[in-house]
Amino acid sequence: MDLIASHISHRFGDLAVLDDVSFTVGAGEVVAVVGPSGCGKSTLLSILGGLLQPTSGAPELRGSPPADSLNPLTFVFQDFALLPWATVEQNVEFPLLHAQLSAAQRRALVDDALRRTGLTDFRKTYPKQLSGGMRQRVGISRALAVKPAILLMDEPLSALDSQTRELLMEDFVRLLADGGMGAVYVTHNLEEAARLADRIVVLSRRPGRIREVVTVPMTRTERGEAAAREKLLALQTQIWSLIRNEAIDAEREVQHA
Amino acid sequence: MLDRAGLPAKDEVTRRVRFRGAGFVPASSRCGGWIALALVIAIWQAAGSAGLVNALFLPTPSAIVRAIYQLAISGALWQHLSASLLRIGVGWLLGTAAGIAVGFAIGLSRLARSVGITFISALFPIPKIALLPLLILWLGIGEEPKIATIALGVFFSTAISVYSGVDAVPRNLIRMAQSFNVPFATIVRKVIWPGALPAILAGFRITASVALLLVVSAEMIGAQYGIGAFVLQAGNLMQTDQLLAGVVILSVFGLAVGKVIGWLEMRLLHWR
Repeated sequence: MDLIASHISHRFGDLAVLDDVSFTVGAGEVVAVVGPSGCGKSTLLSILGGLLQPTSGAPELRGSPPADSLNPLTFVFQDFALLPWATVEQNVEFPLLHAQLSAAQRRALVDDALRRTGLTDFRKTYPKQLSGGMRQRVGISRALAVKPAILLMDEPLSALDSQTRELLMEDFVRLLADGGMGAVYVTHNLEEAARLADRIVVLSRRPGRIREVVTVPMTRTERGEAAAREKLLALQTQIWSLIRNEAIDAEREVQHA
Repeated sequence: MLDRAGLPAKDEVTRRVRFRGAGFVPASSRCGGWIALALVIAIWQAAGSAGLVNALFLPTPSAIVRAIYQLAISGALWQHLSASLLRIGVGWLLGTAAGIAVGFAIGLSRLARSVGITFISALFPIPKIALLPLLILWLGIGEEPKIATIALGVFFSTAISVYSGVDAVPRNLIRMAQSFNVPFATIVRKVIWPGALPAILAGFRITASVALLLVVSAEMIGAQYGIGAFVLQAGNLMQTDQLLAGVVILSVFGLAVGKVIGWLEMRLLHWR
C-alpha cells in the first residue's frame, strides 16, 4: 500500500502553513520529513493520517494494506499519548478493543507487540512508573499491535534524552527491517533522518513547500557500520545547508512572535 | 585514582555554604490535628466546668455529648437524621445524575455548549434556597420542594465540574483514539470519562457541602423533622446543648461524606 500526499496545502486562518506538498511513500519505504521550525511538518503528518482536513489537496492511498492490518495508517506520537489510568498492556490493547477479535486473538497481538519492544515484564506497570524511553516503547508497542502498513511518526524521539534516543533508534531500525512497514518520520533531527529514512523530504520555511527530496544511498543495515559514518555526516551537512538560512529566519520569527 | 586536587589543606580556613533551602514544604502530621482538637475541647470543657463561660451561650462538650446520647436513646436523633439523609440522598442523586448528563453534553456537543453554558452562567449564581418558596408553590409542601432545592444546587455545581473535567482531558489522548478509529462511544467511555473523573470527584466534594447547606436551610424554612428543623427548634427554645448537638451531627456527617469521597478517589484515581 502506498501513501500519497497529493498537492496538499493548508492554512490556519490567515496563516498559510503548507503549500502544494506532494510526494509518495511506497510500500515498506521510510520517508523522513525535515525542515525549519514551524514549517508544517507535524501538520502535514496529521493531514496524512486523516486527523486534519487540508485546505486543499488530499492524502490518498494506492493499493490494499496487508490483510492482517487492523489500522493501516498508525501514529506514534511525540508525547506518547498513553492513557495514564491504564497499564502497559491495557494501553497496548486499547486500539484492539473495538476490532472484531476474540479475547485470545487480542491477547496474542498484545503479547507479540510487548515481546517485540521488550516490555513483557512491564505489562502490569502504569505509565507514570516508566521512564520516557519506556513510555515511548509502549507507544510503539501499541502501534505494532494493530499491524500497520505505514507508521506515521511525529518526532517520536524528541522528548527523550540522547542515550535513550540512541537505543530507540536501534529499535526502530530493527522493527522497520522486521515488519516490512513503511513510515513517514517527521523530525527536526537530521541524524535520525539520515539513519532511518530511504528518502528525505526537505521542506522550506512556512508555508512549507518541498525544497528537495534527498535519497539516502545506503541500506539501513549499512548505515549502522562505522564506514558509513562519514557518508551520513556528509548527507546531514548537505541537508543542513539546504535549510540553515531558513532555520535561522524561522528561529528569529519565533522569537519575535 | 580519585582526583582530590583543589581541596583545601588541613590548616586552611574555610567557611561552609549556608543552607538556604529550608521551609515551603509543609508536611502535615496525622496526629497533630487531633491533638490540637483534643486540646481545644479540653480547654473548652475546663472553662465551662469552672464557670468561666455561661452554659446557655456555650454549653460544655460533655453537655453536648449528653444531649446527643439522650437524642439517640429517645429515637429523636434517627427520626431527624433519617429525614435529612433521605432528602440529601435523593436530592444529591437527582442533581448529580442530571449534572453529569448535562456536563457531558456541554463538554461534547457544540449545540449543548452554546445553549447550556448561557443557561448555567445565568442560573448558577442564584442562591438556590431563594427558590424554595417558588418550589413549594409548584410542588406542594411535602418533601418534593426540599429535594428539588438540593437537586438544583447540586446540579449546577456538578454540571460545571463535569464539563470543566471533559474540557481538561488532554486532546492528544482523544486524537490518539481517533487515529485508531476508536468509535465515539468508546472514546467517551475509555478516554473522556476516566480523564474527567478527577474533576468530577472534586466536584462531588463541593456538591456534598452544597447539599448539606441546602438541606439545613430548607428544613429551617419548612420542615417538622430533619437536623435543620431540630437545630432551629432547639434555638427557639434556647436549648443550646441540643442546638450544638445538631451542629456536631452535621459536622460528623460532612466528615463522613468527605472520607467516602477520599476513599473513592483513592480507589478510582490510584493511577495519579
